[in-house]
Amino acid sequence: MVGNHAVAYAVKQAKPQVLAVYPITPQTTMLEKLASYAASGELNAKLIKVESEHSAMASIYGAAIAGARVFTATSSQGLLYMGEVIYWAGGQRVPIVAGIATRAIGSPWSIWDDHQDFVSKRDAIWIQMMAENVQDAYDMTLQAFKISEDKRVILPVMMGFDGFVLTHTMERLSTLDDANVGSFIPERDFNIIDFDKPIGIGPIATQENYIKYRYKAMQAMERSKEVIEEVSKEYSTLSGREQHGLIEFYKCDDAEYIIVAMGAWAGDARVAVDELRSKGISIGLAKLRVVRPFPKEKLMQVKDRKALIVLDRAYSYGFGGILATEVKASLYNANIPIYSVIGGIGGKELGKNEIIGVVEKLLSGKLESEVWLL
Amino acid sequence: MNFLKGNAACPGCPIPKELDAILDVYGKKTVIVIPASCSTVIMGDTVLGMPSPVTVVHSPFAAAASIASGLSAAMEFRKDDANILVWAGDGSTSDIGFAAVSGAAERNEDITYVCYDNEAYMNTGIQRSSLTPYGAWTTTTPSHKHEFKKPLPFIIAMHNVPYVATASISYLADFKAKFSKAKSMKGFRYIHLLSPCPPGWKFDASLTMNIGKLAVETGMWPLYEIENGVFKLSSISKPYIDKAKRKPLEEYLKLQERFSGLSSEELANMQAYIDEMWNYIAKVNDSKLIP
Repeated sequence: MVGNHAVAYAVKQAKPQVLAVYPITPQTTMLEKLASYAASGELNAKLIKVESEHSAMASIYGAAIAGARVFTATSSQGLLYMGEVIYWAGGQRVPIVAGIATRAIGSPWSIWDDHQDFVSKRDAIWIQMMAENVQDAYDMTLQAFKISEDKRVILPVMMGFDGFVLTHTMERLSTLDDANVGSFIPERDFNIIDFDKPIGIGPIATQENYIKYRYKAMQAMERSKEVIEEVSKEYSTLSGREQHGLIEFYKCDDAEYIIVAMGAWAGDARVAVDELRSKGISIGLAKLRVVRPFPKEKLMQVKDRKALIVLDRAYSYGFGGILATEVKASLYNANIPIYSVIGGIGGKELGKNEIIGVVEKLLSGKLESEVWLL
Repeated sequence: MNFLKGNAACPGCPIPKELDAILDVYGKKTVIVIPASCSTVIMGDTVLGMPSPVTVVHSPFAAAASIASGLSAAMEFRKDDANILVWAGDGSTSDIGFAAVSGAAERNEDITYVCYDNEAYMNTGIQRSSLTPYGAWTTTTPSHKHEFKKPLPFIIAMHNVPYVATASISYLADFKAKFSKAKSMKGFRYIHLLSPCPPGWKFDASLTMNIGKLAVETGMWPLYEIENGVFKLSSISKPYIDKAKRKPLEEYLKLQERFSGLSSEELANMQAYIDEMWNYIAKVNDSKLIP
């Protein structure tokens, strides 16, 4: 299955009741597939065919308030246009799952992949997961629903996966059967609208209280770390596929050098690690599966290495690579050189050879602290 | 329903009275969606609690029609016959949220959308909107507005929705009858209220009901319904097809400081606008607007 269809299949199995549908490349075929499931009766859900992404998020926010399990998907400009309601839903802490097929942001126009759209929402009180391959995207989508609705968490979740690189790439896919999914994600069992107990949802908060709600959101985000690990373990057992929670350490135990990456690029880095190891270079991969909450405590496990190389497909202009910045902040007490590599921006072709090239440069002492792979 | 007893509305504000009358008709199985507006403030904060007897879902400025669409979809799934009611001002409806309103109307969402039109962004301190009438002073039209009010009820009706109506709290029986009819229907129902605003229009707080009445009597605010595309002038407004029966526009304008200092040309333009509107109404009354 291609990535978009794999995610659509996972969503169908999760039995959402309300979906918002609005097209944008490269996400479109994901929602088209869900629309066809609904039309054939395989999915019993109401599809709201909205007139914009802003309304896509607003409509599923409304449905989620009334107790429905909900889903929508978007990319790039769509995620930005949705932005106001993304923050609104995060602030209200409503369980929502959104599939984000990552794509560069205009201008100039680019329909191709990078992570600028996805990381631009990292302060919106959403859990953010990022898949490495199509299987991962399927597996993560199912976990996203469970994490989002966990009573210790109750936060919206973005499931990111690279536009075209994964959304339109065919891979072999192992799926769970519907019964297993049903027991893994039981029906959503809470609803905040009670006609006998009227409440205001999202009213004005006083200066005294607003900060307290945000403090609670911060705590929920921290609590979610444990829940993500727990759900990941449960899913590993159920599927027979190891899920690795917040971060996966691949061949890191004895590694002198560590590459840090997220998304499909981590797959290239994995192959690069294997190839470099066969040449006797002691290197491993730390794959960020979740970037909100950021696994800063777990990163401390690799603080005593010779160097880290952080791969970024997004940039904070005027400062630096976004993941590199966060990795540096996480390890600020450790005396370890951290190199920042910026590449794949706007779909610029990039694979294991480029990563190997970067590592070789590092070993020969020629790697600058920040490099753009142009 | 004893709505909003002791609330934060300004003296003379018709909003509490309007919501009170609507909920008398709609009852407690109602959810109100409110985008950023004066009503956000009137509904109170998280500490003192809410004066509303039904659940209120607050919404970003442009999102009310879409949040209501989602609520309605979820209620349908729950097989719950709740009324989903949007309560939005003119800025939210006619400007920033217009695409969402048009989308919800085109999809014929099962919601009642009420635009309480106080003819400017009042909550932010009187800035012009596309529903501010020609000739009105606002802080962003310090020498009067020179564009005409967007004919929003007609625009919504052109979406081929089951029900559109205009109403005024100054005519309570007509107001409630329209909401009763809307409640009995399914699909997208749109009711547009002219909602006089004492501080924004600059009239004495004791005059709210009079101003609302004069708007109808001078022909500024015709009361009508557009049911399944058929335009029907409400009985209160019927006499005003005859221009001679309309009170002079001056009577409506002179009570409101926002219209002070209008030139004779501006006054003539306003009068011409009203006359043209009524010519159109006379032409379409009792006929189907959409072919």
